[in-house]
Amino acid sequence: MTRQFGRRKFLLYGSATLGTSILLKACAGGSPTASESPAADSTTAASPAAASGGGDTIKVGILHSLSGTMAISEKSVVDSTQLAIEEINQAGGLLGKQIETIEEDGASDWPTFAEKARKLIEEDQVVVIFGCWTSASRKAVLPVFEEKNHMLYYPVQYEGQECSKNIFYTGAAPNQQIEPSVDWLLEEKGKEFYLVGSDYVFPRTANTIIKAQLEAKGGTVVGEDYLPLGSTEVTPIISKIRSALPNGGVIYNTMNGDSNVALFKQMQGAGLTPDKYPVMSVSIAEEEVKAIGTEFLKGHYAAWNYFQTVESPENTKYVEAFKAKFGEDRVTNDPMEAAYISVNIWKQAVEQAGETGTPTSLEKVRAAAYGQKFAAPEGPVTMNTNHHISKTVRIGEVRDDGLFEIVYSTPAPVDPLPWNQFVTDTQGFTCDWTKTGVDNPGKFKET
Amino acid sequence: MFTAILDGIFNGLSVGSVLLLAALGLAIVFGLMGVINMAHGELMMLGAYTTFLVQNAFKLLGEPWTNFYIFFAVIMAFIVAALMGLVLERGVIRYLYGRPLETLLATWGVSLILQQFVRSVNWVMIAGLIVFCLLYFGGLWAVKKRPDFERIRHWAITVLLTLSAAIAWAVGSVLSQTYKLAVTKPWFGAQNVDVTAPKWLLGGLPIGNYQLPYTRMFIMVLTVLCVLAIYWFLNKTPWGLRIRSVTQNRNMSACLGIPTQKVDALTFALGSGLAGIAGCAVSLLGSVGPNTGQNYIVNTFMVVVVGGVGKLVGTIVGAMAIGITDYIIGTGILANLFTSIQPLADFFTFFATTSMAKVMVFLLIVIFLQFRPAGLFPQKGRTVDA
Repeated sequence: MTRQFGRRKFLLYGSATLGTSILLKACAGGSPTASESPAADSTTAASPAAASGGGDTIKVGILHSLSGTMAISEKSVVDSTQLAIEEINQAGGLLGKQIETIEEDGASDWPTFAEKARKLIEEDQVVVIFGCWTSASRKAVLPVFEEKNHMLYYPVQYEGQECSKNIFYTGAAPNQQIEPSVDWLLEEKGKEFYLVGSDYVFPRTANTIIKAQLEAKGGTVVGEDYLPLGSTEVTPIISKIRSALPNGGVIYNTMNGDSNVALFKQMQGAGLTPDKYPVMSVSIAEEEVKAIGTEFLKGHYAAWNYFQTVESPENTKYVEAFKAKFGEDRVTNDPMEAAYISVNIWKQAVEQAGETGTPTSLEKVRAAAYGQKFAAPEGPVTMNTNHHISKTVRIGEVRDDGLFEIVYSTPAPVDPLPWNQFVTDTQGFTCDWTKTGVDNPGKFKET
Repeated sequence: MFTAILDGIFNGLSVGSVLLLAALGLAIVFGLMGVINMAHGELMMLGAYTTFLVQNAFKLLGEPWTNFYIFFAVIMAFIVAALMGLVLERGVIRYLYGRPLETLLATWGVSLILQQFVRSVNWVMIAGLIVFCLLYFGGLWAVKKRPDFERIRHWAITVLLTLSAAIAWAVGSVLSQTYKLAVTKPWFGAQNVDVTAPKWLLGGLPIGNYQLPYTRMFIMVLTVLCVLAIYWFLNKTPWGLRIRSVTQNRNMSACLGIPTQKVDALTFALGSGLAGIAGCAVSLLGSVGPNTGQNYIVNTFMVVVVGGVGKLVGTIVGAMAIGITDYIIGTGILANLFTSIQPLADFFTFFATTSMAKVMVFLLIVIFLQFRPAGLFPQKGRTVDA
């Protein structure tokens, strides 16, 4: 068997591989186009107009990971964004025009995000981009948006300490998620905290905030541990929790992705039950509960601004519309709802400005966004001049059906503070992009 | 105190046994055959997804059955992963023996394909693939019967390939137009899927203040059984003898009439099947998703390299050593031992988080490999370099 693998054969098998991959792609590609057929109808209805009139649609970009690690979470945010845009299109469009979406795949790779953002802005000339999930991807695209002076709507709760003129943050700042939940835990569950997180920027910043807050309010941190992203070996962490908190205590969990599954499955095996060791998580929402398994999570807590179980007419409408479009078995969660808010706040700003936000009118649309109020599924929200939005904060307990029983919610929406007041470096700083007479309206001290 | 030590030993061993089970298949594929199989993690992932499917099938059967799905799942995971390994060996790897770099790239490509496959697999894709395979391989088989096959070979392959690809694609699009969502909905999607251990594996055995999780015990037992089964297979069966002889001296074995190609395929399938079992086991501990395999691939190579390529006993000792070291450093037991010597205690406290413990373990491995480049149990003899 020493036959040569010659050039001819190489060409032959090369073309075979190419053919097969095209085939696979064609088949796989069948799914999104067909599953989004209602959306496709509206876009196709719009595109002939675009071809003839050249500018009868408003192009917006959606930039999320559709492949790779983060696709797990980001795909459903894309679905929710598409739903919001479809609703606007069906109600007659925006400024009399249909909205056309251009989806790009960031592939869970941060340089790719920057590349695709540049492509959307330069080649497709979209007027706004909705996208990103991880802080790393946001930090990667930020220079592009600042260089091009363009707008990004970012729908995920994050660690704060950022306030860019070119980003609207529609997820929670730390004081709208982490801080109220720590206060609630101190009051209801105990003073001793064990902090666990994945080893990257969000958990480390979040834990700095929690430690400063606990110190100020009389709680103690008995231990702190970080797991490499994606790692599932949590045995050492569980042993340490048990020796640090022999009689039970609060576990504050900022892990992301797969590690969560391992943590909850193995905590249950090791006999750390929610009545003695309640876990408060900040990145577990309805979708994750489904993937981890309700029996492991029942009785544990999560802090968000939105749960599918929020009782309001707006939420009923949103959940029904989402299920009708994407299937009865789907659930809605906080980042998805934030994406829905993003599109609607943007729409209202465009309507008020009377301009779509092409490079010449971008400033006008941005200014029009300030103070926009929207009756969101989570309740009333307002866009502030610091580019974050005021939101209600809720704490939910996982119940049998995998949804959350809301056990606490703030009486009124909480105003966002992008610069954290518990961290010494940023104490006293605020952000206000309408402020004049300061060097950097994104970070200055009130005098 | 006694229970604390017992708990420590148990935890160290259980961390090690997960590593060992994951690395066992690789020890055969990489250790015995010398194939750097980057798709090992994805074979584990296939095993985990098989577990998910078996679990759902048993849910349909009702109460008494759901409790025992896991045994069936282990067997199915082995079979599915072994079949996939067989396809991989026959289709890709056998052309690349003796060329480690090409094997590395090719198997890495396979791993990416498999990951995307579980994300986007749906009925349309399966139907398209089946139609394509039937037409292409069926057509090839028919054409091969012609006496002038060698002359028209290239021409025939080109035409068949284009035709069957086009027909498969057409079938796929017709299907997706006709049945819409019912056939285009991905089976699994990009989301993680939920595998739950049967009721009797939930919880744990309480010993004093501690509780030994049943799932961990189950994995330890499974690991021991797998190791015993492999030793028995390699040392007591005719095929095991052939595998050992081929790995020791391929040319001599071929001269003596051993069908080396069959042996290669069998060995690779065996290694892949073990990866499937490992996938089934880790689905009880962690998540099951397209990326499941990625989380284990580095660890498994680490175990095999430390243990020494070519010796199963090396893999066993290597896995246990790494698991126990990782656990001891990560929990800060060392830091507690050295409380009297302040700088040492500080040093170990710094490394006493799970992610820093990994750093320390890697550091130790690098140092270890400086002194023992061939691992704990290097192969000896004249054929080592052959």
